[in-house]
Amino acid sequence: MSERLNGAIVRATGLTKQVATGSHSLTILDDVSLEIEPGEAVAILGASGSGKTTLLALLAGLDTPSTGKVYIDGRDLFALDEDGRARLRRDRVGFVFQSFQLLPALTALENVMLPLELSGVPEARARAEAVLRRVGLGERLDHYPRQLSGGEQQRVAVARAFAPEPQLVFADEPTGNLDAATGETGSTLVMVSHDERLAARCPRRLRLDAGRLDGRANG
Amino acid sequence: MAERLGALGRLRLAARLLARDWRAGELRVLAAAMVVAVASLTTVSFFSDRVSRTISREANQLLGADLVVVSQQAIAAAYAKRARALGLDITRAVRFPSMAQHDGESLLTEVKAVGEGFPLRGHLRIRTAPDSPAFEPGRVPEPGTVWADERFLRRLDVAIGERITLGERAFTLAAVVIEEPESSVGFLNLGPRLMFNEADLESTGLITVGSRVSYRLFVAGPEQAIDRYRVFAEQRLAPGERLEDIREARPEINSALDRAERFLGLSALLTVILAGVAIALAARRHLQRHLDGCAIMRCLGASQGEILWLHLLQFAMAGLLAATLGCAIGFAAQQVLAGLLAPLSRVPLPPAGWQPVAHGFVAGVVLLLGFALPPLIALKKVPTLRVLRRDIGMPDGLGLSAYLLGAAAMAGLVLWQAQDLKLGGYVLGGVIALVAASAAVTAGALALLARLVSGAGFSWRFGLANLRRRAVGSVIQVVALALGLMALILLTLVRNDLLASWQSSLPPDAPNRFLVNVQTEQRQAILEFLGARGIEPPKLHPMVRGRLTAIDGRPVSSRDYVDERAKRLVDREFNLSWAAQMQPDNVIVAGRWFAPADHGRAVVSMEEGIAETLGIELGDVLSYDVAGVPLEVEVTSLRKVEWDSFRVNFFVLAPPGVLEDYPASWVTSFHLPRERGALMDELVRTFPNLLVIDVAAILEQVKRMIDQVVRAVEFVFLFSVIAGLLVLFAAVSATHDERRFDAAVMRTLGAQSRQMRAAQVAEFLFIGALAGLLAALGASATGWAIAHRILNVPYSIEPTVWLAGLAVGALGVTVAGVLGTARVLRTPPMQVFRAAA
Repeated sequence: MSERLNGAIVRATGLTKQVATGSHSLTILDDVSLEIEPGEAVAILGASGSGKTTLLALLAGLDTPSTGKVYIDGRDLFALDEDGRARLRRDRVGFVFQSFQLLPALTALENVMLPLELSGVPEARARAEAVLRRVGLGERLDHYPRQLSGGEQQRVAVARAFAPEPQLVFADEPTGNLDAATGETGSTLVMVSHDERLAARCPRRLRLDAGRLDGRANG
Repeated sequence: MAERLGALGRLRLAARLLARDWRAGELRVLAAAMVVAVASLTTVSFFSDRVSRTISREANQLLGADLVVVSQQAIAAAYAKRARALGLDITRAVRFPSMAQHDGESLLTEVKAVGEGFPLRGHLRIRTAPDSPAFEPGRVPEPGTVWADERFLRRLDVAIGERITLGERAFTLAAVVIEEPESSVGFLNLGPRLMFNEADLESTGLITVGSRVSYRLFVAGPEQAIDRYRVFAEQRLAPGERLEDIREARPEINSALDRAERFLGLSALLTVILAGVAIALAARRHLQRHLDGCAIMRCLGASQGEILWLHLLQFAMAGLLAATLGCAIGFAAQQVLAGLLAPLSRVPLPPAGWQPVAHGFVAGVVLLLGFALPPLIALKKVPTLRVLRRDIGMPDGLGLSAYLLGAAAMAGLVLWQAQDLKLGGYVLGGVIALVAASAAVTAGALALLARLVSGAGFSWRFGLANLRRRAVGSVIQVVALALGLMALILLTLVRNDLLASWQSSLPPDAPNRFLVNVQTEQRQAILEFLGARGIEPPKLHPMVRGRLTAIDGRPVSSRDYVDERAKRLVDREFNLSWAAQMQPDNVIVAGRWFAPADHGRAVVSMEEGIAETLGIELGDVLSYDVAGVPLEVEVTSLRKVEWDSFRVNFFVLAPPGVLEDYPASWVTSFHLPRERGALMDELVRTFPNLLVIDVAAILEQVKRMIDQVVRAVEFVFLFSVIAGLLVLFAAVSATHDERRFDAAVMRTLGAQSRQMRAAQVAEFLFIGALAGLLAALGASATGWAIAHRILNVPYSIEPTVWLAGLAVGALGVTVAGVLGTARVLRTPPMQVFRAAA
């Protein structure tokens, strides 16, 4: 099952995602293949509806493709079951959602502690506190998501993604600055955005258009 | 949008939204809760209506009619005229004691001249030869003949075909009466009985001025007509006239009928509560899921009023549809039930009425609106900002306060359904106490948990912390589960206990004969007589007859009372008795039973019903005339008496040392096996002054009523179980959406199924165990209160029920919860986020 090629940390081949809409089926992603090296920062650009978020979700194993494969660090993601994929994420992957997806019943600190606790990290609280302080939320540890502004919520989400020091971070339309966090952990970053200016900070950019990867954009 | 949409436009839009919701599966739990609620209420209502009507009708068989007008003089023609005008069947009888002669022997006989058509209800069976089978003749005796009971034949030593004389007229004895209505109703029927055709009455010359005659007009027919006739007759009754129905004629039957109705009512009440809880939970969830829709509609320009109206209309439509379906199911179910019960009943079940439909319908809609309205009103206030920030804008109306109106609606329904303030009050009190206790205990336990779980493993810590973080939701969940489980426990364990104790209050050897007029010097001989023939010597109770002359110094006369029963009670002599120990079928309801120090003091304990009828209160001094000697006694306690225990009981009891010097006779009751009827003739021949009263027929009737009610309650229980399961389901799904979202986030962060399941198990175990324990405690307390205060049956609290409640609650809720959320763990997280976005 393990297949390590060129040392890529992410490798996708022939990814296609179709969804049924009544009698028709709609192709959201069409035969997408890509490779991402460790330590790279990659931006996937595309207009709304181009399939960016779907691609990101498939790369992180949050959804299943209609056809195609994804290898994370050489492991075939879809040969694993939900639990297997979750374990892989726990050990290697962080994720920043566009809408943050914080648990409303947990405080900022508890939200950040959650992935650490799931991995059984003993000093979860101290580490989570440190990460939150680094993103400037040291004073808001005990606030619930609804008591935080949108920007603050995103910083909590970023802190949650980076606290376990993952090898790989996926970010969906991040509006804030991820540099501080990535710089310190040395993680590979894959983000999707429609914002050219934000994407320009990533050395490598891929462009999605109507579900297909545009090779020319590869910078 | 608000201003542009007319009423019709709104209706159309609401209907479209309803259809969309239905298609999306949003309405299913709510609709199911409504359908079950209405179906169970209608079934119970249909059924209790039909059963209680059947039971009273069946009891009327003992009376020979649905109603009897009784008078000391010939009954005015207006009574019969009115009955005929209402389409009722009528017939007459004249009853009086008289001496019958045969072969030079005389016998005091209870004589009855009957009109064509007697009896209107029940069975008259005769035998025309000594060994021929008994049959229903379908007519009354031919003129010139009499029919008599076995006692008459044995006591006068006369046979079928022989002649007897009544007054101035000779008759041929044509048949032996084996079964006859009226034979055990009323205390006139002490002696042997004989009936003949009313056409012969005048020729006997027995009716003269001053004879002790009871004229009786029997009336029977459709219920509504009977009810109208009752109203007419009650208004018209003159002194010396009264109206008799079976309840009035026999306190045993009345007592049993009351209890039967209460048992059925209780099952229905619990169904109302369960249904209400299920609807409340489903409505809350439904509205929670519509928060976004409302915010978007407000963004699109809908006014608050518009949103309220649209949702109200939507709810009303869904409610009407579900209520209609529920009524249909209820009707079908009660037909099945009627079929099951038919073999138990001696009369056909009356047709179903329409009121139960209205009843179920109204109850369902009231519950729905009661629980849905406050959150609906809150819904219209959803901030538009929620479109941008999904985590804000949960209106306050979805908190605990939203349940107040619903709870009030439910309380109203419970009282309406109970038709009895006391029963409704106890059930409501139990529910309110349980809600308050559950809320307080849950909140306390959650606070305590915060300290206890810090050392536990991650899953436990996370699961239990979740409970604490969703405190309001957790409290609602525990309260709902506790209510549902309490109703189920009440209906299973406690119901069995209650029914069993009711059934065992009439064991197979319950007394079926009363022995009256035993003289003091005969006591020993009679006990020896019975003992020698294998009958366990019964306890003899003394009886002193006295007339009530004054209450607190005010002279008493029947003219002072409007109530017919009160008039009769005052006119006749009271049976006074004495006892040191209170009988087990008596309960003190006011004051206290005699202490040893009271022995010899002029005090009495009075039955509460008669005290109420006569307007006697605790502390009143009663003056009696006992055989010409005045006696003054103070009322120091009031007792409730279980007349359907078939034991000897007295309205007025004194302690020992008060009545012993007055002339007394003795009375007792005992069980005589059916095949030993002849023993009573031997007894009466040996002690000719004794009166034997046969209550076997009434005893049978009461037993049959109990059996019918037990069956009915068991069937009705099925619905309550469905409603209870629905509550469990609704309570578990109440937090389903939150769990789904939590699970998806945790999955993204790499949580394993095992970890998530363990966290859920921790949550469900805690909630279920707490709810189960609270429910069992609540069920025990409510069961105890109902048994002692309402049904008056013995009931002891079983601590094993608590353990069972805890175990069943923990296990049931955990299994239901884990099964219900199993799919959550298999769904890829992105699908959850997309659905929630």
